Amino acid sequence: MSKRASLGTLIRNGILLENPIFRLALSLCPTIAVTNKLRNGFLMGLAVLFVQVMVNLTISALRKFIHPRIRLPIFMLIISGWVTVVDMLMAAYARAAYKEMGLYIELIVAFASILARAELFASKNEVVPSFMDGIGQGVGFLFALCIISFFRELLGMGSLWGHAFVSSKPLLIMVLPTGGFFAVGILMGFFNWIDMKFFGGSGASGAAGH
Amino acid sequence: MEFGKLFELVVAASLINNFVFTRFLGLCIFFGVSKKMETAIGMSITFTSVMMISAALSWLIYFLIMIPLHIEFLKIVLFIGVVAAFVQTSDTIMRKVSPGLYYKLGVYLALISTNCIILAVPLINAEHGYNLIEALAFALGSGLGFALALIIMASIREKIELADVPRPFRGLPIAFVTTGLIALAFTGFSGLITL
Repeated sequence: MSKRASLGTLIRNGILLENPIFRLALSLCPTIAVTNKLRNGFLMGLAVLFVQVMVNLTISALRKFIHPRIRLPIFMLIISGWVTVVDMLMAAYARAAYKEMGLYIELIVAFASILARAELFASKNEVVPSFMDGIGQGVGFLFALCIISFFRELLGMGSLWGHAFVSSKPLLIMVLPTGGFFAVGILMGFFNWIDMKFFGGSGASGAAGH
Repeated sequence: MEFGKLFELVVAASLINNFVFTRFLGLCIFFGVSKKMETAIGMSITFTSVMMISAALSWLIYFLIMIPLHIEFLKIVLFIGVVAAFVQTSDTIMRKVSPGLYYKLGVYLALISTNCIILAVPLINAEHGYNLIEALAFALGSGLGFALALIIMASIREKIELADVPRPFRGLPIAFVTTGLIALAFTGFSGLITL
């Protein structure tokens, strides 16, 4: 396998085959909390993408200096450092969105998917593949958040990114908390169905973990 | 601080702003351990106690160390350190002092250390500037709310296991739809108390 192809594979894995939300069922909390508007879902996805890439870069650059016995606390420290950076950037440049979802930005620190990639990939690989892996995982997350929030805002408010398409609100329930659970459940079932129909998968979602 | 206000805090945190159904936190654990009633109860007990102690610890650190030193911006880093260190310590102590209890609840402790509710409660406490008693009441309410959600969900999922669910929806997807229905019921609590 050529180097280029393998980098492409890393990205594709993150978006489709090992999508953190639909396939692995990791880091579910923000997917429901912030996806009632497309803008919020997109910004959250961007924040996660940034943190994932920077954490992967930092950890793979420092991997020779981190003693294996204390690696988890160090990883947490690096992750929480980058989350603080994103938190402050959002507070400064995206005030309106930050007011609605500030708490969830701070909670990126407790994402299993970020720690898992750091532990499974970045701590064992060179800087460039780790960067690609971070982009793949982050874009997969962004993609999932955008899909969910696209449907929720369209169905719930009849608008997209704040621009109204229809004057009425077709299914108000979709922007309420309840709608988030329905949307994620139905999309997960849909992705499982695609997996069964076209890729011969078993149709079972990954075990829920944090 | 009169008793009524504290009671309102507990009720508001457990029913009206239930962490699982209206704030969507702790979902990973919620879906992970709600398959069986027994694990759900074990998790609820461990969770509520860890929540109260770590809320108290973080409160002390925030108001006695971070505010005097003006390092509030480090709250994410410090809170996760406090919670992780506390969970690790109690894990070690429990294993030595009470192996029986550790055998029962130890596995939940390991799961808790990366739970977002455990981190969210200190952050919310700090943001609202609750005093120590209020912070404890809020933590208690959050723990009880999470326990309630877990137990409701576990009793439903034990029934779903026997139901004939379409194949792509088996497992997590149907659990999500069920949670949506429970969340709908919990919407009824909004407006019960206005804080």
